[in-house]
This record gives sequence, structure tokens and C-alpha cells, in this order.
Amino acid sequence: MAAKIRQPGWYRALAFSILGVLVCLGLSTGLRAAFSVDPVYDGASVLQISLLMVPIFFLGGIGCFDYWLRWASGRTVVDDHADHGAKSWRDYFKVNTDHKVIGIQYICVSFFFMFIGGLMAMLVRAELASPGRQFVDPNTYNGIFSIHATLLIFLFVIPVFAGIANYVLPLMIGAPDMAFPRLNALSFWMLPVAGTMMLLSFLAPGGSFAAGWTAYAPLSVDAPIGQAFFTIAVQFAGASSIATALNFLVTIITMRAPGMTFFRMPLLVWANFSTSLLVVIATPFIAASQFMVLLDRALGFNFFNPSGGGDVLMYQHVFWFYSHPAVYIMLLPGFGIISEVLATRARKPVFGYRMMAFSLLAIVLLGFTVWAHHMFVSGMADWIRIPMMVTTAIIAIPTGIKIFSWVATLWRGVLKMDTPMLWAVGFISMFTLGGISGVMLAMVPLDIHVSDTYFIVAHIHYVLFGGSMFTIMAGIYFWFPKMTGRMYNERLGKIHFWLTFIFFNVTFAPMHLIGVEGMPRRVSDYAEQFATWNMIISISSFILGLSSLIFLYNMVVSWRSGPKAVSNPWNALTIEWQVSSPPPIFNFDSIPSVVGGPYEYGVPGAVHAVFGDAKPKAVPVAAGAGAAEAD
Amino acid sequence: MVVASAIGIAFMLALNWFPAQASNAAPKIDTFWDVLIIVSVPIFVAVTSMLLFSIWRWRQRPGEEDLDGPPIHGSTKLEVIWTIIPTIIIAALTTYAAILLVDIQAAPAKGTRVVNVNGVQFAWGFETPTPAGTVKTAKLYLPLNEPVKFNVRSKDVIHDFWVPAFRLKVDAVPGITTSYNLTPTKLGTFDVVCAELCGLGHAYMRQTVTVLTPERYTAVMAGLARASGATAPAAGATADAIGKQIFVAGNPATGATACGACHAMKAAGTTAATGPNLDEMLKGDNAAGILEMIVYPNKEIVKGYSKGIMPANYASSLTKAQLAALVKYIDQSVHGKG
Repeated sequence: MAAKIRQPGWYRALAFSILGVLVCLGLSTGLRAAFSVDPVYDGASVLQISLLMVPIFFLGGIGCFDYWLRWASGRTVVDDHADHGAKSWRDYFKVNTDHKVIGIQYICVSFFFMFIGGLMAMLVRAELASPGRQFVDPNTYNGIFSIHATLLIFLFVIPVFAGIANYVLPLMIGAPDMAFPRLNALSFWMLPVAGTMMLLSFLAPGGSFAAGWTAYAPLSVDAPIGQAFFTIAVQFAGASSIATALNFLVTIITMRAPGMTFFRMPLLVWANFSTSLLVVIATPFIAASQFMVLLDRALGFNFFNPSGGGDVLMYQHVFWFYSHPAVYIMLLPGFGIISEVLATRARKPVFGYRMMAFSLLAIVLLGFTVWAHHMFVSGMADWIRIPMMVTTAIIAIPTGIKIFSWVATLWRGVLKMDTPMLWAVGFISMFTLGGISGVMLAMVPLDIHVSDTYFIVAHIHYVLFGGSMFTIMAGIYFWFPKMTGRMYNERLGKIHFWLTFIFFNVTFAPMHLIGVEGMPRRVSDYAEQFATWNMIISISSFILGLSSLIFLYNMVVSWRSGPKAVSNPWNALTIEWQVSSPPPIFNFDSIPSVVGGPYEYGVPGAVHAVFGDAKPKAVPVAAGAGAAEAD
Repeated sequence: MVVASAIGIAFMLALNWFPAQASNAAPKIDTFWDVLIIVSVPIFVAVTSMLLFSIWRWRQRPGEEDLDGPPIHGSTKLEVIWTIIPTIIIAALTTYAAILLVDIQAAPAKGTRVVNVNGVQFAWGFETPTPAGTVKTAKLYLPLNEPVKFNVRSKDVIHDFWVPAFRLKVDAVPGITTSYNLTPTKLGTFDVVCAELCGLGHAYMRQTVTVLTPERYTAVMAGLARASGATAPAAGATADAIGKQIFVAGNPATGATACGACHAMKAAGTTAATGPNLDEMLKGDNAAGILEMIVYPNKEIVKGYSKGIMPANYASSLTKAQLAALVKYIDQSVHGKG
């Protein structure tokens, strides 16, 4: 037992966590005694310090810091790769430095929280099925929709993309791993910490946090202690995000295989490069906003208390300076996935590759100039509205370029309409709708009427469900054979798609209507006139929720006993498909050399990369046309 | 007949999307919406039909498993076209929107009637100037076709003052005064909604605005000014009758919700179960205790019920005399003294 507690792992994590609580208890009571504060023991104080510190103890216990501390304290460090790669399923529950293991850890944990977040959505719909109170009181209701949004944003969409990229991206650029494998492990382990903390808020006295995922001050400052769980959990999710983004940036910039110029990178790599830029610049702002709320709550700093000289609107400016770019953080990686899936399944190069890459960068740049469009009715200075409307509308241009280029990629292809392709095509159509309602919302006069209504709820679900979720599904089905070495069940995949597609629309399309008609969002009760639509929406949402069980069944059963996958079932050119499924522990026996573009489908004899000593053949591709002529 | 049904369908569509048009801004915003719809629908239809056409025309057929498409890498001409066309559309729409915004938010003329709108958890309070002094109500009254400016404030958290029929809204932000102005253009009673999450009772923060003809308006406001002047209750009616009246029907003039709408009480014959049963709950309370519970409903909460559901505005929506009558009536009814 003692030996077990000395080794990094769950026993030590538990022991350290208990130790952490005791330290926090001592710190709080000690300081209060020293400054003669009465009473000496204050539960809220101990709880808030614990929320901040116990996760660090836990991460230390599970083993995230062992190597660094040994190295920093001058002890011998062993570089035997003992914690690299998974030999059994147990290794997925340990700190591991292999990007493929971390990728799977990310994806599984994200989907765990997706199912919980989805369940919350169904509870919300059950309450809203008819006017009046059904089965939860207003406080619980506000908590449920707050946790629904928070989990699905911070614990599902953002990390699941980081997970897919973690697995695929180093393979795609011909790298043996990420640039900082131990940092990568730490990034992952902060996620379950953040998610667990959010769920634990249900147990807090006064209920869970209930101020929405936006946690506007002063509502969040005055709220019961459950709010602190949000404020602090977001710090861990954010730190995880930032560390991963840095890792991606360094990996992409410095670890590409020889010959892989920036314009030979697959678009998924471009997409994650752009996303990481967004994360590194924007995420510190939400951390700041939540630290200010925490200081207001715990220590009475009055950042957002007007009678103490604070400013209520400042919270929204700082918050949206992150949270608008966050929308692109939740979309750009998906754009990358769609480009990969479409090129492979249509057997054609991605139309306008360079513009596809540049439009990503344009979205990154423009994404930082539009945050106040969430605040058109907030009471901020009037003049800001028209400039923000114009910049917001301009984002439609690079986004339009992407949509039209995807459509053109299909033109004259040989379209294999399998599950990943269905999700990709479904995405293009649904995301176009979400984009259009986005342009409508950018128009200030209309936004004044529909902001904070169900029209907004419809819009964000068309963007994040019809958009992000569809791309995630496309990506999961597409790389499932690579990650697990097994094939999924095609028929179940298609049933899953069609059920989701149909009931997604039945659920969210009517919300546009009731929003314009005057139903505000975030309400547990509403006027009689909206009753019929809400009942239809609720019934449809239950079917939508249940359809995800087909997905779960397909994934679990296929992973255990699906037919074995060959290394390149899609006949794709990018590097991850040129190694076995799943890939060897260190990815490549020999480093690949990149000799052409990633999507040269239809070019006779074209290859993207060659392995080992094989001499790169001159390939007649558009970009290399000059070289071919010289031969 | 065909024409009539076409007009009928168009009418229904218009009805379905928007609530009534009750302000000068409403028809303009609704027209703008129509323009947006006319521009948007073709874009969505174009993208979707291209997708469906491609799938129908170039779907992989048996025997084509090993075929590739032609290596088309792009077309500068097409890319220029689909950059420029959206740019023109966006430029046109933002120009329209900017002009419209300036129009509907034009500064009010000097001397425009100013109504103070105060948001508290979880009710709106309105302060309207009348010749006899400022009148505080929980229900908003406006005269038809006369411009009005709302100064919106909050003391606790952020609320949002929205009248869907007017199409305009603005947040009530602690520490600052926000405002907008409009001219009501339609007689009738419309919903006032809080559109910004403000806590537990957010969903219940729904009141009404009534637009009256200027003559009716002057009369109603004069009556309200008299009533709130702490004069004796209406002549002729006994205190008991007033108490029962308020319990069962509330005071629609000031927006005081009827007690019986949420509470059951045998003597009044009410059976609603949103709030606790008063016969059981108030058994051990005297008149002073009952008054405190009406005025400060969040001080103590009966187990199984939530804070913040009962309006906390009775001190302003009922006069002192009315409150006294109400308390007396409840006290007598609960303790069987009636």
C-alpha cells in the first residue's frame, strides 16, 4: 500500500487530494486566526481555496509533475519512454505522453461529458414541454441549462477537437509526437478536473451555478457558492486549452517532415494552426474575467459593483473578447475535418486550397474585431454598434469562400456517400443556415428585437450542433479505423446520421419562429401562445437525444469486435493513412519525406509523402510543374 | 379565390413570424426582416441544390470504386466572383441597416414624455409623470401616437426591458441609465418581458403595457394619481370588500397580481397551488406578520417553494389603505373570524 502511494497513480492522487483539503483547511483557519477574524472556521472560504488548490494536488498525485520536479531538483531523470504508449486499457487511465493515447483520452472524456450535457438538454426540454412548472424548480432549471451549455462548450466541443487533432495532427505532418508530450499530458488531465468540478456544483449549498454559461456580473457575483465551481473550473479548462494550443503551434512550426512546406500541409493542420492562434490570444481574457468575478465574490474587490466604483459592462467586454473568438475555436478545426473528408470521399483536390488556408487566417483576424455584436442591447456606447455590425458581416465573406469551395470540391467528383461524407454534406447545408441567421443577427435593427430570444438559441444550435457537432461526427467516423484499428458499422452510422439530421431540424428550426414571435431564452416558463411549438420541439429533442445511443452502441461494439481495418481504408494520400491502423507506438519507423500536395486525387501516380530511403519521384503536380519540366 | 387565399397565406406568414406591430419602429423592422429573408433564402437554396445535384449526378456507382475525379485545383475567376458578390450583398445590407438604425433610434424631440423603468428581481416598476405628480405603477400605460422615452435602470442585476410588440429592447444595467424612445401606434395591451437572465424569477418577470387613446390615458393617469395619493379607499366600499377584491382580482390598474392566482384560501374559494396554501401557512401568524410576508415575500420561504417567485412589489402597487384592507381580510379569513 505504501509503495502504491509513493508511485504516481490514482492511490497517490487520492492521498494528495485529501492532503490538499487539509492544507486548505489549515491555510484558511490559520490565516483567519492570525488576523483574528471571527469565526475562525468558514466553510465557504475553505471551499473556495480548496477548489483552487486541490486540483493541483490531484494532478501532482496522478503524476503530471514527477518528471519536471525530478529534473528541477537535480535528481536523475529516466528517459526510457516507460509512460509512452498504451499496452493495455489500464494505460488509458494513467498519465501518458503518447499523443495517440492522449488523443483517445481526450475524445472519450469529451464524449462522456457530451452525454451528460445532452441529458441536461433533455431535462431542459422536459421542463419546457408545456407552460408552467413541470418537475424542477426555477433554480434547478437555471442550473441545468447553465451546466448544459458549459459542459458542451468547455468539456466537449473545444476539447474533442483538441483530441482529434492530438491524434491525427502529428501523424499528418510526419512527426513522432507533439513538441511537449508531458505538457500535453498535463493539458489532458486538467479536463476531467474541470468537468468534475462543474458537475459537483450540483451538491453545493444553494444549488449549482445558475447564471448561464455567460455568468454575467453582477448576477454571478451575488449568486450562491455554486457559482465558484464555474469560475474556478473555467480556469482549469482554459489553462488546458492554452497549453494545448501552444503545443500545437510549436509542433506545427518546428516538427513538419522534410518537404512539408506550409502550402503542402493538409487543411486540418492549417485549421488547427489558426485555432491555436485564436486560443493563445483570446483564452487569457476569459480567465481574467472569471478571476475578477472570483475576487469580487470572495474578497469584495468591487470590479463589477457600481456602488463601489465598478463597471458592470466591463465584464461583458472582457468576456466576449474571448467568447466570440471561442465560436471560431469551436468551428475552425471542424472546417479542417470537412476539407479532409470531402477531398477523400469526392476523390478530388480541395477546390482553391490556398484561399481555403487564407480564409482561415482571415477569420482569425476578423474574429477579434466583432465581440461587441453580443452587446447590441447591453447599453454600451451607441457608436460601437455600426462598426461591429460591419466587421461581423464581413466575416461572412471568408466563410462564404469556404462553403462555396467545398461545394465546388464535389463538382464532377466520384462521391462515395458513406457516413463521414453524409455528415460532411449535412454540415455544409446546416452551417449555411446557421451562417445566414448569423448575418441577420449582425444587423443591429433586427438584433435589437431578437437578441436574448429563442432565435438566438436556434442560431447557436445551428452553428454549434449543425456546425461543430456534425464536423465532429464526420471526423470521428472518418478516423475511427485509424484510431481503433477496426471498422465501424456503416449501416448504423447512416441511421445515426439521418435520425440526427431530421430531428435536429425539427428541434431547432421552430425556435427561429417562436423567438421572433417573442419568447425570451433562459426561461423555465413561458406564455401560453408558445405551447404547441414547445411541445413539438420537446418530443423531437427526445428522439434526437436517443439517436445518440445508436452512435454509442456502434462505437463501443465496433471498437471491441468490428472487422479489422487496413492501414488505408479510404485510399487517402495524407501521411496518417500510410502507417498501420492503429499506428506504431512511435508513429514512423522512418521519417517520411513530403514530395507533393496532400490532395492530388486524380493526378496519375501522385504521392504526398514517401518513406525511408525510397528516392522521391518527380511528381507532375500543379505546384511542382516547373520542376517536372526541368526533368 | 386564388388571390384571396394567396393574400391569406401571406397574412398568416406575417402573423406567424412577428407579434402585433405596436410602435413606429415595428413596421420598419418587419420590412427589413422581409428584405433579409428575400436575400437569404436564395443563398441557402443555391448551396443546398448544388449539393443535392452533385450527389445525384456524381454519386459513386458500382464499378467506380477505384476512380478519381478530375484534378481541378481551383478557378481564380470563380473565386473572385464568390468573393465579390457576397461583398456587394453585405455592403448593401449593412448600409440599409445603418440607415434604419439611425432612423429608429433618432434622439427624441425636446419635451418628450419620459417614463422611468426600474427593474428589480423580479418585477418592473414604472414611474410616469402626470400633472398631479409622478405616478408609480407596476403596469405601464402609454398614450397612442405620442412619443415616449424610457429611462431604464436597475438596482440589483442586469434585466432587459423588452416589449415584443414594440420590437425594441435595452438592458437595465446597475450603475448606468440606458434608454430608448418610440411612439406607440396601436391601442391594446401587450406583454412586457425581461429578456436578460436575472435569477430565479426571470421567467416570471412578465408584465403588460396598455396603449390608450390620449383622452383615456389622461383620465386613467389622473385616477391613478389620486389613488396613490394615500387618500381613503373608494367611497362606499367597505374595507372587507376591498380586501377580498384585491385578493381575488388584484389591482389591474397598477399591476398588483391577485393573491388567489397562486394561493389557495378557503374563504376566498381559490385553489391555485403555485404558492403555499394560506389557510395552513398563516395559521399561527397575526396581522403584522401577514403584512410583512406580503411586502417582503423573500424573507422566509415555506419548505418546498422557491425564493423570488412571488412579486416583491406590493408595497408600491397597492396603497397603504389597500394593503391594510387586504391584510385584514386575509387575517379574518384564515382565522375564521370573517
